Amino acid sequence: MEWLDSFWATYSTLVLSVGTNILLALSIYLTLACGLLTVANAAFMGIGAYAAALLTINGGIPFFFTITAGALLPALIALVIGRPTLRLSGVYLAMATLAFGEVVRILILNAESITGGALGLNGIPLLTTWFDVTLAVGVTLYVLLRLAHARIGRAMTAIRQDEVATELMGINVRAYKLFSFVLGAALAGLAGALNAHFTFFISPNEYGFERGVEILAMGVLGGATSPWGALIGAALVTLLPELLRGLGHYRSLINGVILIVIILYSPKGLWELLQFAMRRPRPSTTT
Amino acid sequence: MLTLSSVSKHFGGLDVLQDINLTIPEHGIFGLIGPNGAGKTTLFNLVTGLLTPNAGAIEFFGQRLEGRRPYQITRWGVARTFQNIRLFKEMTALENVLVAMVDETRYGTVRALMRWPGYRDAEQRERDAARGLLARVGLVEKAGHQAGTLSYGEQRRLELARALATRPKLLLLDEPAAGMNAAEKRELMSEIVKLDENGLNIMIIEHDMGFIMGLCREIVVLNFGQIIARGSPAEVRANPQVIEAYLGSDGDAVSSPKQ
Repeated sequence: MEWLDSFWATYSTLVLSVGTNILLALSIYLTLACGLLTVANAAFMGIGAYAAALLTINGGIPFFFTITAGALLPALIALVIGRPTLRLSGVYLAMATLAFGEVVRILILNAESITGGALGLNGIPLLTTWFDVTLAVGVTLYVLLRLAHARIGRAMTAIRQDEVATELMGINVRAYKLFSFVLGAALAGLAGALNAHFTFFISPNEYGFERGVEILAMGVLGGATSPWGALIGAALVTLLPELLRGLGHYRSLINGVILIVIILYSPKGLWELLQFAMRRPRPSTTT
Repeated sequence: MLTLSSVSKHFGGLDVLQDINLTIPEHGIFGLIGPNGAGKTTLFNLVTGLLTPNAGAIEFFGQRLEGRRPYQITRWGVARTFQNIRLFKEMTALENVLVAMVDETRYGTVRALMRWPGYRDAEQRERDAARGLLARVGLVEKAGHQAGTLSYGEQRRLELARALATRPKLLLLDEPAAGMNAAEKRELMSEIVKLDENGLNIMIIEHDMGFIMGLCREIVVLNFGQIIARGSPAEVRANPQVIEAYLGSDGDAVSSPKQ
């Protein structure tokens, strides 16, 4: 098993990143599935990462509770800002959540005494194991797949297609939207908390606009119609740059071109394309 | 059953509905007609909570509706179809109906997660009920088809099945026969008559006079946001004001309100 040890030594961070990125992609899948374009996920990830890292550094709390706190805090914040914000739709909602992300980043940057400001937090113990990440991804995926095929999943799909008609079918559209937003924030926070404990170091700029766009890319490329889409999108966006490492200077360029080609030829995401290729009808709940 | 008292609605400077007083008794099919822009759909939107009146009160079986959220009003028993069809086009016909089904089994999200005993049975019962509704509008063979791929007449019938899934006490139909051929219209009429016989209260907006005169016990005529006539089909047809609203009076051809 020597090769496995050396593989793990080199690539452990990458493998764990695929896991946390899947959680991030699932977090944006939740809102995209309701037709909501929110880009606050990077900020929620940052809140989770800082909350968990600070708990670990200041000591004494079991890792499980640290991670739970990292998921709960962003969920609470989402609950507070969600009510007024989710009345917006389309690009206006995107703008509002973008602004929220900037506020969070600047707050972390300026709360130097707690967060270390621009220098970030250094020396976070490496507590996250592959088992933690696998468990988190596994449980999340199971729950979201179940929900997707239950009443709640149907309601979310209906909201994405026609919000007004859904409301008139007796469905509390605002409650469903808030639920997706809050659960999405919890998942992003969970990803951030796990991520902080295998990267050794976190800084405010990791949770800025670029990260937000990256998360959105994972969700859209994979496809927002199924949790499987998020999984595929996250794996692709994380692994592609590594596979292209041999290209040297041209790496980012080729990476970008590939993503553009995918979105041009598969605007509904890779998951839909895959299903089409396998000539399988959509996994409709019809029996 | 449904009472509108002094209801007004304006968009900016445009008075769409002015001081509407209307009481609709229980049982029977009720027609709402009038030229384009008379405020018929706005009235439906006020009753279903999509719009809030600027003044006045709306009461449904003693329950005040104005200012309530649409989903709440639906749960109290008001369902509707739309003038421009609003199905969930990328879902199957069956799924469209399932979205609207009343969750009477109370199998919740937690049970769905845990695959609680009885969850599958409850789900199966719900599917059977949804199929029953599709059968009622003659769409049971199309249950697995995407709603967007159905023909125009089928889409209208699917909208009807979906509205019925919410278990309404009052059904609002906004131009249900629009775009249907003669045979489809006849079928729809007999279906509406059946719903009426089962005790459902029905209100119809429709431009097809044969359709509306044949079905309705009573008709209200709206013009420029005001009620200009109310009565049986025969009375409304003979009312000079109604004729004027639709055709314009002699020597008034140029300023006719109809377009």
